[in-house]
Parts: sequence; structure tokens; C-alpha cells
Amino acid sequence: MLRGGVKLSWLPILTVLALLGPVLAGLAGTIAPALGWLPGAGQARLSLDAFHALLDWPGFMDAARLSVVTGIGATVLSLALVTLICAGWAGTPAFRWLEKLLSPLLAVPHAAAAFGIAFLIAPSGWIVRAMSPWLTGWDQPPDLLIVQDPYGFALMAGLVAKEVPFLLLMTLAALGQADAPRSLAVARALGYRRVSGWLKAVFPRVYAQIRLPVYVVLAYSMSVVDVAVILGPNTPPTLSVQITRWMSDPDLAFRLQAAAGALVQLALVLGAMAFWRLGEFAVGWLARRWVRTGHRGAADPLAQGVGLFAAVAAASAIILGLLGLAIWSFAGFWSFPNLLPDGFTMRSWDRHIPGMLAAMWETFVLAAAATSIALVLVIGCLEAEHRYGFRPSNRAVWLLYLPLIVPQIAFLPGLQTLLLVSGADMGRWPVVAAHLVFVLPYVFLSLADPFRAWEPRFGTIGAALGAGPDRVLWRIRLPMLIAPVLTAFAVGFAVSVGQYLPTLLVGGGRVVTLTTEAVALAAGGDRRAIGVYGLAQTLASFLPFAMALLIPALLWRNRMGMRDA
Amino acid sequence: MRDQGLTLSDIQISKGGQPLLALDTHVPPGEVLTVMGPSGIGKSTLLSMVIGTLPRAFKATGRVLLDGRDITNLRPEARHVGILFQDDLLFPHLSVGDNLAFGLAPGVKDRRARIDAALQEIGLEGFAARDPATLSGGQKARVALMRMLLSEPCALLLDEPFSRLDTERRGQVRRLVFDVAKRRGLPVLMVTHDAEDAKAAQGRVIQLGAA
Repeated sequence: MLRGGVKLSWLPILTVLALLGPVLAGLAGTIAPALGWLPGAGQARLSLDAFHALLDWPGFMDAARLSVVTGIGATVLSLALVTLICAGWAGTPAFRWLEKLLSPLLAVPHAAAAFGIAFLIAPSGWIVRAMSPWLTGWDQPPDLLIVQDPYGFALMAGLVAKEVPFLLLMTLAALGQADAPRSLAVARALGYRRVSGWLKAVFPRVYAQIRLPVYVVLAYSMSVVDVAVILGPNTPPTLSVQITRWMSDPDLAFRLQAAAGALVQLALVLGAMAFWRLGEFAVGWLARRWVRTGHRGAADPLAQGVGLFAAVAAASAIILGLLGLAIWSFAGFWSFPNLLPDGFTMRSWDRHIPGMLAAMWETFVLAAAATSIALVLVIGCLEAEHRYGFRPSNRAVWLLYLPLIVPQIAFLPGLQTLLLVSGADMGRWPVVAAHLVFVLPYVFLSLADPFRAWEPRFGTIGAALGAGPDRVLWRIRLPMLIAPVLTAFAVGFAVSVGQYLPTLLVGGGRVVTLTTEAVALAAGGDRRAIGVYGLAQTLASFLPFAMALLIPALLWRNRMGMRDA
Repeated sequence: MRDQGLTLSDIQISKGGQPLLALDTHVPPGEVLTVMGPSGIGKSTLLSMVIGTLPRAFKATGRVLLDGRDITNLRPEARHVGILFQDDLLFPHLSVGDNLAFGLAPGVKDRRARIDAALQEIGLEGFAARDPATLSGGQKARVALMRMLLSEPCALLLDEPFSRLDTERRGQVRRLVFDVAKRRGLPVLMVTHDAEDAKAAQGRVIQLGAA
């Protein structure tokens, strides 16, 4: 087929470079110092000293164990809950309600959600307050280490609450391709109860579709920094948090140790993924035996109940947490065990807003820049795919997921080291490039389906009317797809707003956003300040989503044919 | 003049090495050639070859000539071949008037007046600002036809164009399309599996896959 228009075939290559360049460069920049090469610190001799130093750190084993246990634990729990929710409720009105409840929570920044949950479960949090003193007998907060507990339970809870909405959304997309309703109907006609029938007939196909997102959750949960700083233990912290501390140490010698730690963290994640893959085989083998038994599902009502309860609990944890942030930000004096403060005041906002403006602007500039670049690249790639008939292979999908599967802590320190060694400035634009690595995949995943589902005969009609490919793109396709384009922009924006580690490490500590400010407040424990920053961060994430709903509704208020588009 | 009209010269379309259809024919101006046959035989593929959007999976040989001009290797937007599908495919984000404006060539003066006149011609005077989604099936079909005519095509392709309309409208719209084509001297290539369409076209009928 012959196609004119602006040449786009170079855009996919540029996109791959934007995605993988920083990851590969960063990995190289991590490996070199781990092996003793760091000119800035006067080190240029191959050695394993960095690893020795790492192993000599007394917290090493505990930190590594924490990363593995909380990461795998959070992933198992999140996947189990999402599976139970879908098995028990997919296709019911309750499910549509849950979907509506959970989807927006995806946009809540991890740090804000973690703070909210910390406020909820802390000894002076709402849960204890609600039970005091009538049930517990406490008239002041108990001296318990609930948040930042040494086992990482609070960290796991925070991760699960945030990963359940993510996995659920991915599963919803997969359900559409798994012919789920009919398969379930067949199973039920054969006498299977809901949950068992769904697990046996639908889940295997769904899991094959969400495997990569599950690996993303695993890598993320094992190596997350901001959530672990807020909810995770301190002595020792998780390995990733410790690496971040070393990277922020003014003594450059600690960078070697940090690099070695980053490589160990990468190895841990890869090992956990291999372990998970083996687990898939084991579960598959057991499940096939279970299918052969022909059991119709005795424990179904229980499983259904657990699924619903867990979904509501995950959603409530985040929503009540955000409400807690909001109330703290307006709270006057608030004594224990009252459920509400004695009075509300604007004092906290008045105090913090002037200092927050710069961070707000930086957050906005980074997010707008990274997301705009991502959107141009993604639309270019998808249009190139359409014009030149590129068929994205399975490997291309892996490329997209790669930056999400390689832990941030494994390559961002290396990126910082490279910038340092090459004498490049660590300011805003390197941070934009680092954000782009994480924004791009989500923008692509968000826009690809609606873009590809566009009726191609509109393009044929346009061409038959004399419009070239560029005119068809700008005048027909993009206007028709304005709602998904704006949604993809909002998704990318929210991803950028939530980035902690790339901003901190690649910015060299000099790029200050709402998120870096909020996480920095974790150690201080000023709840009113945390409330203000957490809420501001959440609003920054939600604003583009509100616009993505509002703009098409205004634009197409007289276009019935665009309502469900 | 043998040159005028749409010539399909020794066309052969195949998919994965399997021959799909072969055709060698000429459609004079104002006449309708109807191609019939069971679904899956490649009728729509033939149209996509003529219009220039043949999917990559197919291979085509032969030449397409329009008024003596070889358009086989031209880009779709440069061929001046209009097409109507069974769906009206009016752009849902544009008003009725803007849909027509999209068809009108860029250099044309007095665009408002041209569009108003076009609307009058199809009995939809004053509909310019309307949302296309609020039109009836027959009205949409007429707008789609007019949008295509405004782009001044030299040939007209019809891909099961009337099958979505109810019986009453079908006859009406069919007559309008064939009348316009005859009046403007457009060669028409229609694929359909409705024998009524073929009869109303009053032209030659080619049965594909009949052998």
C-alpha cells in the first residue's frame, strides 16, 4: 500500500531509545562502580571491595530478607485478592460498582496512599481511635510499633492496597479477550459454582494476559523506596531504602557500596521472578489435578465473601487514608481518642502554601514535559504502525514492560553516577528523561487499544475524499480519539507526579517536587504538613483526569455519536 | 471513447499464494457493474485494491485505469475514486455541514453557499449545523453520498451500500445514487449480495466464485 504524509518510521526507533537508553546506560553506570570503578571518588581499580563492604554492613541479611519477603508477599496477596474479586463477582452489578470504586484509586500517588494508610493504622490513627477507650481501654495512644513494624506488615498492607487497583484494571482488560462470560456460563451449566468455575475455565487465559503486569508488581514491591520509607521498618530498612541513603551520602565512597547493593537488588528481583515462574508451573500442575477431580466448588460462598471484603478493605484503606490526610491538613487541636479534631483551621495550608509553590511548579513542569514527549512518541508509533503496517511483536511488548520490570533502584543510581562522572548538569531535563522512561509505557498501554480499535474505514473515506494521511490523522482520527488521548495524558501525568526515586537520584537532590517534599516529611512526623503535601500531591494527580472527563464532554456536548467513544 | 470510464485490466488478487479472484473488464461512464458472490470471496478486497487500501496480506497484479489514467500506483487520496460503505461513516465529531466541507476540495470558493446548495439538493435544507447522529438512516445515507460527490470523484465504488437501510428507504436511496451516477456520467463498481441491488442497477452482473 502506498502512503504519503510526514515520514514517521524513525519514531519507533526513537521511542525504543528513550525507553531503553537510560535503563541500559544506568545499568552500566551501576556495574562499573560496583566493580570498583568510580573516578570521581578516586577509584579506578577492578575489585570486589564494594561487595565486601556491603556484606560487612550488619543489616545486610535482614534488609535483603525484608525486600524478598515483603515483595513476594505483597504480590501473592494482591494477585490472590484480584483473582478472588474477579472469580466471585465478575459480570455482577457489585463488580461494576467495585470497578468504579477502585479505578480512580490507581491515580493516587503511592506516597500519598502510604501516608494515608500510616495515619489510619498508627497507634493514634483512626482505627485505634474508633475502638478507644470503650474496647481497648486506652485513653492515650498505645506505645506500639504498628507503622514501620520490623516484619514489614505495614509495608505489605500499603503495597497491596495500591497494587490491587492496578492488577484489577489489567485483569479487566484481559477479561475482554478471554471470552470470559461465555466460558463461565458453560462451566456453570456443567454444575460448577461461580468461583470454581471461573478459576478453572477463565483464570488460566486471564493469567497468561496479565503475567507481565504481575512481574511489574513483583519487581516494584521488592524494590520500592518511597512507600518503604513511609511504611517500612527503619533498623534496618529494606535494601532499596538503604541504597538510597548511601547514594545521598556526601561521602562518595558510599556510592560503591550502593552500586553493589543495587546489583544485589537486581539479582534478588531476577531470582524472585525465576522463583515465581517455577511457582507458575507448580500451581498449574496442582490446578490441573484439581480440574480433573471435577469438584464443583464447596467453599465458593466463603471465597466470594473474602473477595468482596478484601476489595472493599483495599478501597477503604486508600479512601479513608486520603480523608485522614485531608482532615489532618485542616486540623486544629486534635486530642486522643476523639474521631475528629476539636476545630478546623486553614493554618497549616497558610503556613505551607508559600513554600510549596516552587515544588508545585516543578512537579507540573516535569509532568507536562515528560507526558507531552511521551504522547508525541506514542501517537507517532501507533500511527506508524497503522501507516506502514508494522505488526508489534511479543518482543515489542516486552520492551515496553522492561523499564517497569528492571527495578528503579538498579539503574537510577548508575544514571546519577554517569551524570556525575560526565560532569553533566543534574537539573530538570535529565529528570524529565528519567520520568519519560516510566511515563512512556503507561501512556502507550493506555492509548494503544483505543487507537487500534478506531474504525479504519473512516480513514478510507477520508482518503477517498482527497485527504492525505496527515490530514486524516489531525482532522479525523485524533479529534475522534480526543477522550482516550486526554486519558492517556492524565495517566502519564499521574505517573510522573508520583515519581520519587528518579526525581531524587537523577535530580541530584536539587529538583524538588511535591513528592520528594512529601516523602522527606516522613521522618519528621509533622502530620499537618504531611496532610497538606499528601493532599496537594493527590490533587496534582487527579486534576488531569478531571480535565480528561470534562473537556470531551464540553467539546462534544452537541455530538451524540461521540458520547460513548 | 474506450478510454473513458473505469478499466480493470487483467486484475488478479491472491492471498498467501492462493489466488482469490481474477477480473478483466471495463465500466463505461454512467454504467453500473455489479459484482456478486458469497461472502469471503474477496469482493471488498477488489474494492480496496481499486481505492488503494489493499491490506498487506494480499497481493494484486494488473492495472486500474480511470479515464485512461493509470491509477494503480497512486496514493488513495490522489485517485479521485469515491466510495460508499454500508455504514454512512459520517465523521461523528463534525456537524453535517463540516462533513460536507471535508469533501469539498480546498480551493473551492463560496464554500458556505456550495454546502447549502448541496444540502438543498438532497432535501436537507438548513441541516448544516446539525449533529449527524441525530439524522435518520436515510438522511445520513444522503449526506454521505453528497459528501462524496462534493469531492468530485471520477468513479464510484459501492460496498454493500444499501444493506443497512430498511426496505422502504433502500429503494429510495438506491434510485438517488444510481440517478446521480448516471447524470454525472460516473462509472460505478458495486459489490453486493442483494439481487435487488443488481436488478435496480440495470447493468452487467459478474458472479464471482460461481464456477
